[in-house]
Amino acid sequence: MPILPKSSTRSLPPKSAKGRAAVLAAMGLALLLALLYSLRTGSQDYSAARLWQAFLIREEGNVVWRVLWHVRIPRTLACCLAGAALAQAGALTQAVLNNAMASPNIIGVNAGAGFFALLAAVAAPGTAGAVPAASFFGALLTALFIYLLALRAGLSRTTLILAGVAVSSMLNAGVNAITLLFPDITIGAAGFMLGGFSGVGLAAVRRAAVYLLLGFLLAALLAADLDVLQLGEESAAGLGLHVGRTRFLAILAAALLAGAAVSFAGLLGFVGLVAPHAARRLVGGSNVWLLPASALLGAAFVLACDTLARSLFAPYELPVGIVLSLLGGPFFLWLLLRRKRGRIYD
Amino acid sequence: MIEFQAVSAGYEGRAVLRRISLQVRQGEVLTVIGPNGCGKSTLLRAAARQLPLMEGSIRLNGREIGSFGRTEFARAAAFLPQARSLPAITVQALVSHGRYPYLGLSRRLRAGDREAIRRAMEQTGVDGWAGRELRALSGGERQRVYIAMALAQGTEAILLDEPTTYLDMRHQFEILELIRRLAGEGKAVLMVLHDLGHALRYSDRVALMEEGRIAACAAPRELAESGQIDRVFRIVAHRQGENYFFTAQGR
Repeated sequence: MPILPKSSTRSLPPKSAKGRAAVLAAMGLALLLALLYSLRTGSQDYSAARLWQAFLIREEGNVVWRVLWHVRIPRTLACCLAGAALAQAGALTQAVLNNAMASPNIIGVNAGAGFFALLAAVAAPGTAGAVPAASFFGALLTALFIYLLALRAGLSRTTLILAGVAVSSMLNAGVNAITLLFPDITIGAAGFMLGGFSGVGLAAVRRAAVYLLLGFLLAALLAADLDVLQLGEESAAGLGLHVGRTRFLAILAAALLAGAAVSFAGLLGFVGLVAPHAARRLVGGSNVWLLPASALLGAAFVLACDTLARSLFAPYELPVGIVLSLLGGPFFLWLLLRRKRGRIYD
Repeated sequence: MIEFQAVSAGYEGRAVLRRISLQVRQGEVLTVIGPNGCGKSTLLRAAARQLPLMEGSIRLNGREIGSFGRTEFARAAAFLPQARSLPAITVQALVSHGRYPYLGLSRRLRAGDREAIRRAMEQTGVDGWAGRELRALSGGERQRVYIAMALAQGTEAILLDEPTTYLDMRHQFEILELIRRLAGEGKAVLMVLHDLGHALRYSDRVALMEEGRIAACAAPRELAESGQIDRVFRIVAHRQGENYFFTAQGR
């Protein structure tokens, strides 16, 4: 007779698929609330009823609708997409590198995307599709470089993170140089280095849409295979998984997502680290649940932070990157310090 | 049946295995022993197709292992390497991974997969822990769960690299008894063990390796009495009933 283990009383992450689906639904609800909060908050706060009215009429003459359609909806959408994309890119890099401290901003993938995006903006100003394409390319290049470094040099987890930080700071220097030498180019948002959504338009988001779509799709297809990869390279290969191909496709997906997000949101930090960790606590380590949960949490997190950033010191606005770094930096430190006590992977 | 024919293999052009010939029959536990660095794990990795061969061939049920498709091979031979990561998943989830080679594009488990998972968990006695976190288990318990995963793979051959390492004595015996039962069900078991006493006690045949070659391969008692173990390990083997113990030479 199998006896129910005592540990089943611990509630999170839930043991059953139903329980995990419920947690996912709760995350969706949280995102919805953040969405409403973001839409109604700004230099002028609107009640939900007024927003709904304006939405029903949808007239250019209506001030509320104009604010909603031209300012708040694009910004809210950009926040959600960037948050979801970076969070999922974080979960993907953590799975591929088998490293809980990896995330696109820490190992330099964001900086690579940003550097190439700015290069493209300088080299081909006005070419609509150049920025997200270059951004994706830069992200892929950096991600592959870090991955090969991990593979060939056999670096320890912490050393790999340090190598990523080194690569990251070199690329950031490049980003700084370009923004100083060519002060006129502004791509996506102002304050590219910090990451933010002030002045982001639908056009920039639309140009990145294809990359986002492909990235999310690829990630969804890879989820179950990444779970097998978690068992370790030899075990996974023993189960018939094409290890090299799976890793490459996951890196490709992460680059598509991170590159797209950076192309309109700038170098947003830490959401790719914080969201997957929180998600792992809530739905467990299986990528089938972890990837969608990371995306939902990432979207809600960035959206809430951005709304805070633009309402906290209104009429002045902080780039959301500052808020994210203020929250994410200590979290990263905590991860590093906890590691010292012998945890290998979380 | 696993059959090595004059197999040489190694890393970066340097041969670790030198013209190994060996046969593991269905229903048999064949254990490989040998001093550190003699190529035991390399032999297992070669059989698991994780290492390209330099010469010779390895056949599984009469077929060259290189000619299998990736998942086809995973349905024929299960491999439990020594180094594994410890993902944050439940016991049930880990055992379910054993069905990976049978899944379609949607990667969803079907009724037959669930049945195989249930049976594997029952056979290894881990069915009571289905919902428990793998990380919350002890080393011995985890090992049983990993063997359950290999069993769920539904293969005729099982390759195990030091399945009893880091376990306390009681758990070592438990795992070895379990492995004997698997052979009793007709599987061909090829494993590497560090513990000579266990190897001689629980195997049908023991292959003694020395510097990449098979120095001897025989039934335990025959091998122990041949003096080969004493020579290769530079120790003295003593038998007591079905058990063996060892002492240093020259005392």
